[in-house]
Amino acid sequence: MMSTINPNRALCALLIAAFVGFFLRSVDVFAAGADLGATQKQVTNWVAIAMFIGFIGITLWITKWASKKTRTAADFYTAGGGITGFQNGLAIAGDYMSAASFLGISGLVFASGFDGLIFSIGWLVGWPVITFLMAERLRNLGRFTFADVAGYRFSQTPIRIFAACGSLVVVLFYMIAQMVGAGQLIKLLFGLDYLVAVISVGGLMTAYVLFGGMTATTWVQIIKAVLLLMGATFMALAVLWQFHFSPEALFAKAVEVHAKKDAIMAPGGLIKDPVSAVSVGLALMFGTAGLPHILMRFFTVPSAKEARKSVAWATTWIGYFYILTFIIGFGAIVLLTQNPVAYFVNGDITQGLQGGGNMAAVHLANAVGGNVFLGFISAVAFATILAVVAGLTLSGASAVAHDLYATVIKKGKADSWAELRVSKITTVCLGLVAIVLGVVFEKQNVAFMVMLAFAVACSANFPVLFMSVLWKNCTTRGAVTGGFVGLVLSVTLTVLSPAVWEAALGNSVGSAWFPYASPALFSMTAAFITIWLVSITDRSEQAKKERALFTAQHIRSETGLGASSTTSH
Amino acid sequence: MTEKTIASVAEHVLANPKFAHLVRTRNRYAAVLTLLVVVIYFGYILLVAFNKPFLAQKLGEGWVTTLGIPLGLGVIVLTIAITVFYVHVANTRFDAMAAELLKEAGK
Repeated sequence: MMSTINPNRALCALLIAAFVGFFLRSVDVFAAGADLGATQKQVTNWVAIAMFIGFIGITLWITKWASKKTRTAADFYTAGGGITGFQNGLAIAGDYMSAASFLGISGLVFASGFDGLIFSIGWLVGWPVITFLMAERLRNLGRFTFADVAGYRFSQTPIRIFAACGSLVVVLFYMIAQMVGAGQLIKLLFGLDYLVAVISVGGLMTAYVLFGGMTATTWVQIIKAVLLLMGATFMALAVLWQFHFSPEALFAKAVEVHAKKDAIMAPGGLIKDPVSAVSVGLALMFGTAGLPHILMRFFTVPSAKEARKSVAWATTWIGYFYILTFIIGFGAIVLLTQNPVAYFVNGDITQGLQGGGNMAAVHLANAVGGNVFLGFISAVAFATILAVVAGLTLSGASAVAHDLYATVIKKGKADSWAELRVSKITTVCLGLVAIVLGVVFEKQNVAFMVMLAFAVACSANFPVLFMSVLWKNCTTRGAVTGGFVGLVLSVTLTVLSPAVWEAALGNSVGSAWFPYASPALFSMTAAFITIWLVSITDRSEQAKKERALFTAQHIRSETGLGASSTTSH
Repeated sequence: MTEKTIASVAEHVLANPKFAHLVRTRNRYAAVLTLLVVVIYFGYILLVAFNKPFLAQKLGEGWVTTLGIPLGLGVIVLTIAITVFYVHVANTRFDAMAAELLKEAGK
């Protein structure tokens, strides 16, 4: 199927199609915008489109280069294990600093100041947990997917089926949030149709993953991370420069002009009840250590040492980035209110920002750097979404091809070529699924989707990984039962929570069965207790065998003895 | 390395008291540092939930900046510092211990 098509030729065709599609649509929308005159607020931004096309050109060129190096399943999943710790750190940061966090957090700071800081801290604290408990052990035990690690000494079929379910659920929810966000954002930034935007994102990321595998995905993430960090640094410096690098002066001016006055310097309504606060905190802290597309990145480096270096770099970049978004949010408060006609609906500050609250950073880009920098930031925001969905798709494809096809169906006897073929077919399917989901959920409230992905990751994937690696008595039966309990409970409780039951499904306020913002406190606890209980009561022969295998697993996870080195063939 | 040599090296590693020492040291670091991050993070979150006025107090007379801001930035910086600290210890001390173990077992 895939193998009969010359990848280079197919890539060229796709590239041309993407370019032509873009130009045609842009001209179309531009003409419409001109006809409609002032009612078309977001006219096509040519600078942004030019920069974006430049980005696509470079990344597709990299994809073409990477396709020559992607010959085996190992190349496809892990770039042959040849990524350095520093590069992988940037790529992880690129995976994690999504458009939602860049635009969302700076928008939150713009709207309520201090609360944005609480939010970003939550997104950062998962990283030390990964570092201390997971990174080196993942690298020492695994090859392609986190199921390699969780299922090291377990009966393969059940643990792989669980891991594939856990991965795919997380990937799909995370993907819906990204695709819908992408569609809305591109509609605003470039003046393109929602449908065109969703198809472009789906098509491009499929091209990256399909032809370039992990090598192309990694470089797209690295380039995007560098551009995003550079852009955000420039904006934060431009803001601080205006206040002679005195945060106090910036805050003082912000308090003066913001409608909430002094309240923006203190915690507001973000945390309503302590149970929700702790539950959300747990989801963020331990959920990061259960995100399949993040875990997968640890298999791209050659050793445990490099795996640790990657998290150190990733944590540093992500933390630095969150500090920047805080400054950017405050800068937007001060600088955008100075020119209400340009940035607010009908020029009236009380009616909110043009394009919605998430546009604070984008408008600020215009305020500090004019149209060219606005174009740059818009292109970076689009690139950000592309990189994140490419990473998600790759981890989804590996779950299907490596866990389900190669291990469950072929019982580990699939050859590398057949596995690679299934990965590529899955990639195309996931690309189509992403586009369809993006279209289906266009008008839905998807704000809860990312939190749901974290809830599932911390209630299903994390407990299974943690217990199988660190607890001798854990058995297949315990891990799989507990994992599914966490998975089902976290999804069910999220559906019954106010964010879905009331906000997304439209039931009356106060009718939600589950009153808290995140199920993690309950579903994660339930998963751990179930794993423990089912494991200690498991007296089967298989359980005995699995406990006996712990010693070998333990030695390998601690010393790296027998760990797969650079897995090139 | 074949399965057989791995198994024989593993046996030597297990018999070496340095292995237990490595595992104990690493686990102690991991447990203490994880606990530290949990205490710092949930301490901050619980302050937000239960003692908003504490975080809302100004840094000084005539100031606008509140105590919550340097504390919040402090949490971010501390999180990075703790992570980098662990990685440094693991990449130097723990890796050296593991390499020594494998070398002694390989003899």
